Amino acid sequence: MVKESTTLRRGAGEALALEARGLWAGYDGQPALEDVTFSIETGCLAGLVGPNGSGKSTLLRVILGLHRPWRGDTRVFGSSGRPDRRRLGYTPQSEQVDWSFPVTVLDVVLMGRYSRLGPLRRPTKVDREIARHALESVRLADLADRRIGELSGGQQRRALVARALAQEADLLLLDEPLSGLDATAQHDLIALFEGLRQEGKTLLVATHDLSCVAADFDHAILLNRNVVAFGRPSDVFTEELLNATFQRHLLLVRLQDRTYVGHG
Amino acid sequence: MAEFIDFLGDPWTLEFMRRGLIAAVAVSAIAAVIGSFVILKGMAFIGDALPHASFGGIAVAFVLGGNLYLGGAIAAVLTAILIGFISRRASIKYDTAIGILFVGAFAAGILIISRQTNYTPDLFSFVFGNVLGISWTDVWTTTIAAAVILLLVVLFYKEILFVAYDPSMAAASGLPVAAAQYGLLALIGVTTVIGLQTVGIVLVVALLITPAATAQLLTRRLPPMMAVGAVVGALSSFVGLYIAYYANVSPSAAIVLTATGFFFLAFLFAPRRGLLWQRRFVPAKPA
Repeated sequence: MVKESTTLRRGAGEALALEARGLWAGYDGQPALEDVTFSIETGCLAGLVGPNGSGKSTLLRVILGLHRPWRGDTRVFGSSGRPDRRRLGYTPQSEQVDWSFPVTVLDVVLMGRYSRLGPLRRPTKVDREIARHALESVRLADLADRRIGELSGGQQRRALVARALAQEADLLLLDEPLSGLDATAQHDLIALFEGLRQEGKTLLVATHDLSCVAADFDHAILLNRNVVAFGRPSDVFTEELLNATFQRHLLLVRLQDRTYVGHG
Repeated sequence: MAEFIDFLGDPWTLEFMRRGLIAAVAVSAIAAVIGSFVILKGMAFIGDALPHASFGGIAVAFVLGGNLYLGGAIAAVLTAILIGFISRRASIKYDTAIGILFVGAFAAGILIISRQTNYTPDLFSFVFGNVLGISWTDVWTTTIAAAVILLLVVLFYKEILFVAYDPSMAAASGLPVAAAQYGLLALIGVTTVIGLQTVGIVLVVALLITPAATAQLLTRRLPPMMAVGAVVGALSSFVGLYIAYYANVSPSAAIVLTATGFFFLAFLFAPRRGLLWQRRFVPAKPA
């Protein structure tokens, strides 16, 4: 019900934050995505779930316009073609980020402002204020002047989210933000995601952590090159669909009403 | 006291020493600024490759009677672009593409020179450097080129930083990532070419990476790292020229070894990151 009222408030044109239709993409002739079709409502916390190599990162790269699909298209807030870079935030996988680079946390968050600055323009006082505000909302304001590599794993993920917030993005694509974190850090990050959803942001979170998605997310897309299923986690997290998604990649145990997952 | 002042002032009474000093300081300072990106991106190999590749262009320019610097710079930039192109298009690794192309271009230079019947001592000053034989024209060419490179880095600092730090996010933000990467390669190429007369093809990579690496041990953020690197580079040239003057040794080798010495000082004594510092403050392991 809450979701419906959000949709109405934002107007019919923006009911959907993201649509993908008949998307095919791949590398060197090898398909990574096969006929991917789904949509995400605005103001929704969605999990993109699948095993390694299922095309999660490729899908995010296609949405961002970093990888050209073979066929099909994506629409961000109703407009096709090149996405509006400002409304689309992104956090790459942690392994892709150079944590030893000599930049402070504030430097990294300020990079979120760059797409709004033209060439040759430097960040202004206003940009710095927005970056600091973004750091406050991920509770890293005290660490703004630390080197990014000095933060803990969970703090680093929150810093990347702050960068997307500084960009004032409305749709956030997060590539494996939960992986490699301990339970407390995962819990903190998910609490942050829920707070952002309440502010009206839409989040698409690539993950292979099913318990987090089952417990806290509105929506799940099960991906293994094609969309095995999409809908509420309680509807799509069935033994049959999960086995079809993960195949031999994991061990599935179902006890009463909950599904427990171990990577096999 | 007067003797000491004489000792300090003596080398600079000679015009060729003054010329050499200006060129060496300008080149080593700008090389540290560009070199900061080189070491952060793990591009030391390309820093070594581009000056070698420039030798092909220098040889062509020599035969055609053109400007040797311009020939070298064109060859270095073309090689950089070709390296990027080949590693993007074919499934060949980046460092393999570097290895193929720079040796090829260097060999082309040797091939062209070997056909020259008259002796070509000029060209050997590019291989080993000849900072004390530099002309005023070359001093000003070097200094102006260094100033232009510095200006470009200042103007495009935001873009270069973002692309160097996080290329995928930079591309997602709509920055022209490929253009920025090629631009950085071109700046590395031009920087090494203006360093050729100072320290030569074989040693110029040291100006790129050694002072910048020294600065990395002493600083926490990129802008101070570039500034400290520039100071360390300039100081290395200054001290190196004194050593060359009083010990009557090769100035290029003296400059490079001074920079190497500064690096080891920082490696041992840098606050927090130096070897001795770490040893002193690491708590003893319980037995």
